[in-house]
Amino acid sequence: MLHLLWLIPAAPFAGFVVLALAGRRLSPRGVASVGIGSIAVSAVVSLLIGAAFLSAPPAGYAWTQALWTWIDVGRFRPQIAFYLDPLSLVMTVVVTFVSLLIHVYSAEFMAGDEGYGRFFAYMNLFVASMVVLLLADNLLLLYAGWEGVGLCSYLLIGFWYRDPVNGRAARKAFIVTRVGDTAMAVGLFLLFHELGTLQIQPLMQQAAAQWGAGSPYAVAAALLLLGGAVGKSAQLPLQTWLPDAMAGPTPTSALIHAATMVTAGVYLIARTHVLFALAPVAQHTVAVIGLVTLLMAGFSALTQHDIKRVLAYSTISQIGYMFLALGVGAWAAAIFHFMTHAFFKALLFLAAGIVIEALHDEHDMFRMGGLRRELPVAFWAFVIGGSSLAGLPLVTAGFYSKDLIVWSAWSAPGGSPLLWIGAVIGVLLTAMYTFRLIFLVFFGEAHSHVERRPGLRMTVPVLTLIALSVVGGFVDTPPGLGHVTLFTRFVQHALPAVPRAASGAGGLTETSSMLIAAAAFALGLWLAFELFLRRRRSAEALTATTAGRAIHALWASDWGMDWLYDRLFVRPVVWFARVNRRDVVDLPFLGAALLTRGAWAALSRSQTGRVRWYAAAVMTGTILLVAVVLFL
Amino acid sequence: MASVPLTDALLLAGILFVLGMAGLLARRNILLMLVSIEVMLNAAGFAFVAAGARWGQADGQAMFVFILTMAAAEVSVGLAIVLRLYRRYGQLDADLASGMKG
Amino acid sequence: MNVAFNIAGGIAVVATLLAITRSNAVHALLYLVVSLLAVALDFLLLGAAFVAALEVIIYAGAIVVLFVFVVMMLNLGPEAEAVEQRWLTPRLWLGPTILAGLLILEIDYLLTHSGLTAFAGSAAAGPHEVGLTLFGPYLIGVELASMLLLAGLVGAYHVGRQVTAAKEGRDGVGSAH
Repeated sequence: MLHLLWLIPAAPFAGFVVLALAGRRLSPRGVASVGIGSIAVSAVVSLLIGAAFLSAPPAGYAWTQALWTWIDVGRFRPQIAFYLDPLSLVMTVVVTFVSLLIHVYSAEFMAGDEGYGRFFAYMNLFVASMVVLLLADNLLLLYAGWEGVGLCSYLLIGFWYRDPVNGRAARKAFIVTRVGDTAMAVGLFLLFHELGTLQIQPLMQQAAAQWGAGSPYAVAAALLLLGGAVGKSAQLPLQTWLPDAMAGPTPTSALIHAATMVTAGVYLIARTHVLFALAPVAQHTVAVIGLVTLLMAGFSALTQHDIKRVLAYSTISQIGYMFLALGVGAWAAAIFHFMTHAFFKALLFLAAGIVIEALHDEHDMFRMGGLRRELPVAFWAFVIGGSSLAGLPLVTAGFYSKDLIVWSAWSAPGGSPLLWIGAVIGVLLTAMYTFRLIFLVFFGEAHSHVERRPGLRMTVPVLTLIALSVVGGFVDTPPGLGHVTLFTRFVQHALPAVPRAASGAGGLTETSSMLIAAAAFALGLWLAFELFLRRRRSAEALTATTAGRAIHALWASDWGMDWLYDRLFVRPVVWFARVNRRDVVDLPFLGAALLTRGAWAALSRSQTGRVRWYAAAVMTGTILLVAVVLFL
Repeated sequence: MASVPLTDALLLAGILFVLGMAGLLARRNILLMLVSIEVMLNAAGFAFVAAGARWGQADGQAMFVFILTMAAAEVSVGLAIVLRLYRRYGQLDADLASGMKG
Repeated sequence: MNVAFNIAGGIAVVATLLAITRSNAVHALLYLVVSLLAVALDFLLLGAAFVAALEVIIYAGAIVVLFVFVVMMLNLGPEAEAVEQRWLTPRLWLGPTILAGLLILEIDYLLTHSGLTAFAGSAAAGPHEVGLTLFGPYLIGVELASMLLLAGLVGAYHVGRQVTAAKEGRDGVGSAH
């Protein structure tokens, strides 16, 4: 069964090729069949492989399938090879399964759109690239997948290309992630130059052997890879593209910008954890970045009007949690949160899509309201998904994964009280903005009326994800609540295990941490209830004060980062482009043409047509020739 | 029969040639340009004759005869062209015939 | 006899100089005749009697006369002379003088540094010798010269003929006569 591994990326890729070449000639039904069918093959195969892996694990809990040698130059011989271990297995299964659900949803969501075939082609290519990224055996192939998902992100954000706003958003996403990608590429160069290979497992061993802890090479390589991860996963300082990326179709936001692509950075860091372990400075940077980002995004999410933008900032914030976990050394916790986050965030986006479609493309939450009777599926999806996101204790998947992270922020080797406090504040913020959204959209008086209700193809995936958002967390529970350690034990074959301390430094136990986090959740829920349901005026009054207005503007604009980047980078470049309108670099090339033209003009002027002039020329030439003969 | 240093004779030929060249370059009237050309041809022939006289042979004079013949033919055709130009432009300005410029 | 050669040479140079600088065409031609006669005398002094005669008969007597015929045909009167005077400014002579000076300096250099010490004109070559040479080794040149004259004849006739006024004005190319 394991030898079918190559099918997982191959099926979506084949789907892409078929749809790219013949998509226009197929009927919408054919397009959907090809698009969904290829992902179905991929998901089924990955589930079967998962089952086979669990029941009869290969030696060392790792298995490689090498297809062919990609490049063969001197020492450099990367192959097209896929590496299966618990980490890549978990992520692949989650990615393909969630992709399948979203593809089914898109069949109805995008129905009637003139780019139907194009959409499924891009989505298939995306899944293929993402799986290549996850299964890659060497960093070069991973980078290829990395770039592939970046390309698809660009194509899908700017899917409705006729509106220039979408094009700008797509370009912004591409360029900002490009900055990260370049850092990553430099990191790959460094790694290859120093260690001689890009194959991940040998690379890790070589690095551990060759570089001691705290080695500047390790720090440099880790920070460069972190640069790439930060770009792709929309963390500080490269997070500005994700809110604008919501210009793309909702299924795209659900798949790419919630569940899969933005977690590629998390995967990269987890994969190269040896490097980060060798460079504590870099690892601590990861944690700090995670913490700051989760707080910043949380505050920003409180002030958004667009329903998708709230979810976008929420994604940034949750990935901040994953980075925090990676940074303190709680590797399994990060991957666990990735899994649960994929379920409930995709659910939230799909439900948001239902709401948007139902209100005929209305995105502004303040123009929605009272939808809980009209759209029950969406309502319950938001309630359950939102609770999972905020971490409703005991019954939601998000609670278990987030609690693990919060506790690890205190107790793990790299943890500290400061990080823990930040994580708890994050819980409060998450609860607040999530329930703000729910109260604004589903309670209160209705401002718009429902036009479209979701069909079966949109409802079934949502229901599936609702179920997963509840039960997905039961694979790993704290010692006080059943002490299920299925997940961590499985993943620890790939990532170093961090024992789950019952109590950490300073006397805080896991149970108390859980209770405090639950209290933060409750506080956030109550604040949202008060400010956005019961007494809406008070919220408006708060923001109407001068201080309130300033703070509101600051948070709403992502703490002014767009403004900062505009002043810092965009304007100088635009100014320089304007100054260089004639293009200095072009001068040598233009110069050749200008020189020729000038010489032509001069020579042309020498052809005067007058006999005396020609006679003079002949005589001068003769005199010169005679002189040459005589004197030289 | 004089006994003239050959260099003197050739120098004389050179001076005459150079004068003819100056006249060709300076004058604008086509007719006088042709006159200057004749001067140059004559000077060239002179050089030949002087060289032939140095050896006391008739070869130099034979060359002069050929040059003379050529000058005659060239003058006749040249003057015919001058007549044509005069009929076209009404003047004898050489600069008028500059249609081949550019 | 060297002196005679030098005097005749001097006259030739002066006459040529005057010939190229006159504004009246006929004056220039007359000075040219004088120059040619002086050169003919030099030929005689070099022992080349035949070409001396030819110089007078053909060069001064036919070619220059041809020039005079054309001048008469074109009826170049005082207006033409005025035009010439306008054209012949001293500034005009600057370039040609420089070029002429350079060339004569080169020739002088060539002659003085050539190591040439021979004398010319010690032996005469009369018409008899010239005839034998022409129709001996240079026979083919003579035949070619005659063809050249024929070409010149036909060419001069064709190029110089009078065409109907209307056709001439339109394209400058003559039509059937």
